[in-house]
Amino acid sequence: MRAALLAEYRKLVSTRIWWLLLLVMLGYLVFIGAAVAASLVFVPEGTQSPLVGKDAAQATYSLVNGVGYVFPLVIGSLAMTTEFRHKTITQSLLVEPNRTRFLLAKLLSVVPIGLVAGVVGQAATVAGGAPLLAAKGDGSFLGDADVVAGLLYGVVVVALWAVMGVAFGTLVSNQVAAIVVILAFTQFVEPILRIGLSQVDALAGAAAYLPGGAADSLIGASFLGTAGSVDLLPRWAAALVLVGYAAGFAVLGRLTTLRRDIG
Amino acid sequence: MSAPSLAIDGLTKQFGAVRAVDDLTFTVRPGAVTAFLGPNGAGKTTTLRMLLGLTRPSAGRALVGDREYAAHPRPGRVVGAALEASSFHPGRTGLAHLEVFAPQVGVSRTRCRQVLEAVGLDHAAKQRVGRYSLGMRQRLALATALLADPPVVVLDEPTNGLDPEGIVWIRRLLRQFAAEGRTVLVSSHLLREVEASVDEVVIIVQGRLRHASSLAELRAHATPATYVAGPRPDALAALAVDRGWATTADGDGIVVDRVSAAEVGAAAYAAGIELHELVRRDVDLEALFFELTRPEAGR
Repeated sequence: MRAALLAEYRKLVSTRIWWLLLLVMLGYLVFIGAAVAASLVFVPEGTQSPLVGKDAAQATYSLVNGVGYVFPLVIGSLAMTTEFRHKTITQSLLVEPNRTRFLLAKLLSVVPIGLVAGVVGQAATVAGGAPLLAAKGDGSFLGDADVVAGLLYGVVVVALWAVMGVAFGTLVSNQVAAIVVILAFTQFVEPILRIGLSQVDALAGAAAYLPGGAADSLIGASFLGTAGSVDLLPRWAAALVLVGYAAGFAVLGRLTTLRRDIG
Repeated sequence: MSAPSLAIDGLTKQFGAVRAVDDLTFTVRPGAVTAFLGPNGAGKTTTLRMLLGLTRPSAGRALVGDREYAAHPRPGRVVGAALEASSFHPGRTGLAHLEVFAPQVGVSRTRCRQVLEAVGLDHAAKQRVGRYSLGMRQRLALATALLADPPVVVLDEPTNGLDPEGIVWIRRLLRQFAAEGRTVLVSSHLLREVEASVDEVVIIVQGRLRHASSLAELRAHATPATYVAGPRPDALAALAVDRGWATTADGDGIVVDRVSAAEVGAAAYAAGIELHELVRRDVDLEALFFELTRPEAGR
């Protein structure tokens, strides 16, 4: 297993795509952090910002998940779909015919890069949002224990997304299809579902079981509203839901894509 | 080097309605180069993929030594395989490609450099594979197969895309492998490509075994032919008609099929025909190969 892990890790870092994605993630999240912070602190005279104080800070920093999760998902899915796109899966399975071990190594190997992406993404939302919150809002709250905990959970969440990306890429091994589905789901389907579900009282609780909702629950904040207005799961339950999604995709991928003949 | 042999035993692969490999049985012995031949689409690659655990057989089995490929604890150390020259990540350098697979076959980064040098790619070690020519990819695929210095070498169409110099190099390498006692299986759709370096020949057509023997025995199947020329071509032609020989014109003389030089010479002598050339034509293995691999041909 150690050899398989080392091989998978070398596969990741020997190509350029992951750090290109990290650069884009950095730029994008600085911009989004600043834009959301601006919308929270610059409100027309006589109106109240939807989020104030600590809630505003936590919501802004949680964008690393709410908006940023597309990046670790894509990085993770590429780790698997690239094998099929460039047919390196043949050589990978020649040296590791145990396909379950191959998959486990691949899932675990993205954790370091996921953590790096988490640190980069979390730093980006803070760099983008904190100055505005501090200068024009109620403060950056970077010394607050809850906020700091949220930041650390944000890093963990990003790493989890990378693992989930590998699992999803195993299920949908066509690279283009996987990326299209991830983009559509994260940028369109899930945000609309979460907002839509939150409008219906009977279904409001369900939104927290969507992957992005569960991840917000793990962080303990959401850019969709204050902790009171958005239904969030307890952290332990959120972690279970996220790991459940990843495990579900991985098992399905193992039973479909990785059960088939290669070649 | 004591290398395991390969045993293909009743191997069958059904793809929907198509039986790509049909009850195939043959063995590959150590210390020799075995050519695995057949036209494109005959089932060679499918057979190799079943041998290497990438494709699951519908029936039968393939053994490397005493067990299936995937049952070896570290199969990459036992069998070095190069299946296709296109399965590289284009963004990775040649050296990085080898280093990716090095841990699982248990070799160091130093060994990766050595192998790259051995296949003549040391100058391109830091170049991305996307910029490699087809010939360079073939060499890199071979380097991947040779990483662990394995006792069994399986190569699928290794001469595709190689320049003449590269083909000569591969032939020499195959001979060297056999001399070192390795078990070598090399597929090709052209007998000519590998003829100079093989000992054993396995020919499949439409997934079925058509012929398996040593190259020498295959040669024995080939019909002899004799080239004969002299100052009186008309007399030679008449002699051929008289004897019922099948002939084809070739330059100044004629080629007599299925008749030895001795027989042609004796007949000409008896008929008082002056000969200037009487040459045994090399056994035309390629023609025999085409004959054997025609779909409707039987034995």
